[in-house]
Amino acid sequence: MPDATGLELTAQELRDADAESILGTVFHRGQATLLVNPSSVHGVLERLQSKGYSFLASLHGCDYYPEEPRLGVLYELLDMDSVDRITVKARVHTDAPRLASVVDMFPGADFPEREVFDMFGVVFDGHPDMRRILMPEDYEGHPQRRDFPIGGEPVLFTYNEERSYGKWQ
Amino acid sequence: MTSGSTTGSLSPQDYRKREESITISSEPVGETHELLTLNIGPHHPATHGVLRLITTLEGEIVRDVQPIIGYVHTGIEKTAEDKAYWKVIPVVERMDYLGYYFNSMAFCGAVETLLALEVPPRAQYLRVIHLELNRIMSHLVWLGTSALDLGAISMFWYCFREREKILDLFEMSSGQRMHTRYFQVGGVMEDIPRGFEPKLRAFIKDMPTRADQYADLLEKNEIVLQRLRGTCPLDQETLLKLSVTGPLLRAAGHPWDLRKAAPYSSYDHFSFRIPVGTVGDNYDRYRVRHAEIYESVKIIEQALDGLPEGPHITDDRKVALPPRHELATSMEALIHHFKLVTEGFRVPPGEVYYPIEGPRGELGCFVRSDGSAKPARVHMRDPSFVNLQAAAPMVKDSYIADLIATLAMMDPVLGGIDR
Repeated sequence: MPDATGLELTAQELRDADAESILGTVFHRGQATLLVNPSSVHGVLERLQSKGYSFLASLHGCDYYPEEPRLGVLYELLDMDSVDRITVKARVHTDAPRLASVVDMFPGADFPEREVFDMFGVVFDGHPDMRRILMPEDYEGHPQRRDFPIGGEPVLFTYNEERSYGKWQ
Repeated sequence: MTSGSTTGSLSPQDYRKREESITISSEPVGETHELLTLNIGPHHPATHGVLRLITTLEGEIVRDVQPIIGYVHTGIEKTAEDKAYWKVIPVVERMDYLGYYFNSMAFCGAVETLLALEVPPRAQYLRVIHLELNRIMSHLVWLGTSALDLGAISMFWYCFREREKILDLFEMSSGQRMHTRYFQVGGVMEDIPRGFEPKLRAFIKDMPTRADQYADLLEKNEIVLQRLRGTCPLDQETLLKLSVTGPLLRAAGHPWDLRKAAPYSSYDHFSFRIPVGTVGDNYDRYRVRHAEIYESVKIIEQALDGLPEGPHITDDRKVALPPRHELATSMEALIHHFKLVTEGFRVPPGEVYYPIEGPRGELGCFVRSDGSAKPARVHMRDPSFVNLQAAAPMVKDSYIADLIATLAMMDPVLGGIDR
């Protein structure tokens, strides 16, 4: 982990390259997080990648309901040589949740980005195959959002199968 | 399959249209060959769970493979958001059902980091013992079922014989054979019972000999060697780009292991080696996991020899239940017990990502707390889910029989993939 000073230095370096890119930094429980402007995610990750954070360990979403902007996408980057981790976080509004895909830099982001799209509805522009991955393809809604009710999935019996997903006219 | 629309809300008509666009009939390739789309799974014994593969074949050669997942998605991450922290442990254990100790370790580790809670040394050692037993157990299931896929049915019985002994040990320490819920936030549920140590010592004395026997059975078998050696290799650079970790990455020669690189739960106290392969073919994948069994035995032995005295769980009464005898005498203990059992403990707001080395690679748990007694978000970065992306580049332009062998050597656990 970079320490708090290291995180600020990294943030400053990224600000020098693009003044608008970094919105803030969080250093909590020894873990460094960069809050990034959603429009400059791709550029920031590219710069961090060239700095040595070349392994995308994880990519996941988070709903900050009722805070705005509600949806967050977190990129856990790892520098394997210095065993250093940094989190990049971008927050987007639910009305137009779009982010640039990083599959071109990290091909391993393919499934995780589809999962974030499936669960939170964040659309990744430039993703080669932006479809649902875990839920059925004709499912409505994004179940990991905080305002999506738990349960409520009808159990399928013969009497209600006509109303279920996958049944069409 | 055709690529989909990016809007997400697909109308039933669109879906039907897309379904019709999947070519099941054969397409001509040149004058003599034709491409055939073949569906494998989701219910197929060689897919190690409910995994569906849409393969495009040219004769016996796989030209493309597309995994379709989600058949055992049960929304565990969503369920976790509705439970108090300590009630989340049993549900996350059910994600990767062969590595339940790893799931609970990742989750407990994340919550402990958020709480800034110190875990007593004895609890850390007991965790290591159980994690490594679980690693051996997971590798035994992998070895047995993989050998089964290659046609060696007897391996399955031998591996499950040893696995039973591990499950017996789990039953002794926690009362459960699977999904034990032994790890608690702050330590482990109970100290190991009398009689556990001699039984464990007998097991770790026995296990290396058994692993030698597996090697004798498999590594002198011409069929196994021909099916594994030189099939479906993938180099380090491609694996790293695909975020692949664990034995698959180590088989390609990259010695990345979080137990060494970023030790947690006192892994730095033990001396062990990281087995690595050379070319990253199926044989290397087999050898790496097989060699890891010996290393896990070594770790267990050292942990058992050096097991420190002391409490098995933190004495922070705000997080861990008070011992039973205190309830009869102390009003304060009773109040703590009541608070913990009804509401659970509150965790200060924050976010944390806690990675550990699971049997299949980096298992990272992301937990966000909003200050209440329930997590606001739990996410598992499951190695099977990420590693599955390497399936297509691995098997491209190889025989369909090698696809089965490669899938076996990838060791995907669909409970972890779909969560």
